[in-house]
Amino acid sequence: MSRWTWLLVFVLASIPLWVTSLYFLHILITTTIFIIAAMSLNLLLGFTGQLSLGHAAFFGIGAYASALSSLGFEIHLTDDLAIGIGPKPVWLAMLIGLIAAGLCGFAVGKIAFRVRGAYFVIVSISFAEVVRLVAVNWVELTQGPMALNNIPPLTLGVSGVFELSFARKPAYFHLVLAAAAVCYIVIRRLVNSQAGRAMIALRENEPLAASVGIDVTRYLVLASVISAAMAGLAGALYAHYVRIVDPDIFLFIYTVTMVIMVITGGKGTLAGPVVGGVVFGMLPEFLRAFAIAPELQWVLLGALMIVVVFLVPQGIVPAASSWWAHRGRPPAHPEPPVEALP
Amino acid sequence: MTATASGMLRVEDLSIRFGGLMAIENMTFDVREGEVLSLIGPNGAGKTSAFNAITGYLRPARGEIFYRGRRLTGLRPNAIAARGVVRTFQKTSLFGDQSVLDNILIGLHLRSRQHPIAIILGLPSVTADERERKAAAWDILRFMALEARAQESGSALPYGEQRLLEVAIALAARPSLLLLDEPVSGMNPAEKVRFMATLARIRSEGITVLLVEHDMRTVMGVSDRIICLNQGRIIADGSPKEIQSHPEVIRAYLGERARRADG
Repeated sequence: MSRWTWLLVFVLASIPLWVTSLYFLHILITTTIFIIAAMSLNLLLGFTGQLSLGHAAFFGIGAYASALSSLGFEIHLTDDLAIGIGPKPVWLAMLIGLIAAGLCGFAVGKIAFRVRGAYFVIVSISFAEVVRLVAVNWVELTQGPMALNNIPPLTLGVSGVFELSFARKPAYFHLVLAAAAVCYIVIRRLVNSQAGRAMIALRENEPLAASVGIDVTRYLVLASVISAAMAGLAGALYAHYVRIVDPDIFLFIYTVTMVIMVITGGKGTLAGPVVGGVVFGMLPEFLRAFAIAPELQWVLLGALMIVVVFLVPQGIVPAASSWWAHRGRPPAHPEPPVEALP
Repeated sequence: MTATASGMLRVEDLSIRFGGLMAIENMTFDVREGEVLSLIGPNGAGKTSAFNAITGYLRPARGEIFYRGRRLTGLRPNAIAARGVVRTFQKTSLFGDQSVLDNILIGLHLRSRQHPIAIILGLPSVTADERERKAAAWDILRFMALEARAQESGSALPYGEQRLLEVAIALAARPSLLLLDEPVSGMNPAEKVRFMATLARIRSEGITVLLVEHDMRTVMGVSDRIICLNQGRIIADGSPKEIQSHPEVIRAYLGERARRADG
């Protein structure tokens, strides 16, 4: 890692030391969780070029699977036949959440990539809606709209000997920060590998990609699984942070939030969802200071979003990096050079 | 499997139908190891359809295709590429805005086997593989004389070099049989000369070439053998010299009036 990366890690890790407002820390934590979800969406949308408009489903499945595993549950199949599991440690529950979302990503990937483009968008929306309806109506498992309450916080270590609790905000901020860093590194490794190049090739030119031996389905499903698992991790982190999960977690608005973060930040770039996530995760809070009425805050946010999309349609990160690359260079049509006298 | 000894690629009794139109009817031919074979014929003769059928982009209505004795029919394009049969496309086809080097790196897909888990864990084997791939990409760039363009965006290259880059991408997939679909169309004369020299070097690497081309000067200059198609059928098969004087070929290209003018 370069010096600058270390500095960035140091500054980010020290945030709980100088940000004393717990409310602000809360905003930072939820923003970071959404950045993880946006990064996972970017793997599909930015690198393979598939728009998944049901991404909140994987987030929600991760949250529910993790919450249910940590609480334990029992389902009555018939009057005298019931299956269930007892409460599991939270770290294991989170892992279950990640795996459950990954498996759903596999299923959706297998089904949906037979239908590409607009059809994939429809399949992904339908999937999210079906999962939401299950969460609302399968009251025995999910408590429906009554929500899953008292979800335990994460603690690591051996009980009584050494315990590391993530119940408080500063500790939880470090946890989500670490998770975001791991996800970032995983995506960066993928993108700079054979697999990532295969994904980009599918986005750029699918027939040509197949002609050089790239297995289209394999790499689309791979992207879908990793993306879903990462979104599931974000969901699990969310569940054990807010410690209550209800079916609203599947709402379309959450997917839209992720899409906005990816598009404004710059899809298909590593830093794009991070920058987009920071901007559109924090902005509503800053706008609150300027807004006379709460409605105005959202009107301002919407207007800003439109401005960003108009000015830098390719996203903030690509625009900034191309500006950085061309700084100090002469403009496209320079003055003709003055002939030097002999 | 029948009569596989005669050719590297055997197209047997191939028929392709688009709705009611027979694009190709009962076509049988071989491509022999090491040769440059050209498919020629007027527009709509079925040349590109034959290409698409061989490389798995089109399912034939009837017939079989064998490569080195193994059946290709029914395989997906990527599986066919993995067996060494790699094609280019008639319309310029690149990986969009990726750099020339990245275009080649994508083309090198079949040469490395990086397991997704190894990639995520960042194992040294992946790093080593990446280094090898970069070296291989530079070798191909030098072979195609494109190394000066490595960092430029593929779509920003002059047209002739874009077409060279397409061939470079195909070569990266390490073909034993390379199918080129109108590679010199739209090139200026200087670019065509450069391309013919490149094709000679590809050939000297031991790669067999099946060429579809309209530019007769190029076809006559590079081919060992030419097959002429008209309306989905083979009408002539022979050396460039034989094809040039073949009455059916002349008729197909110039029509009935040419014969009347002769007689």
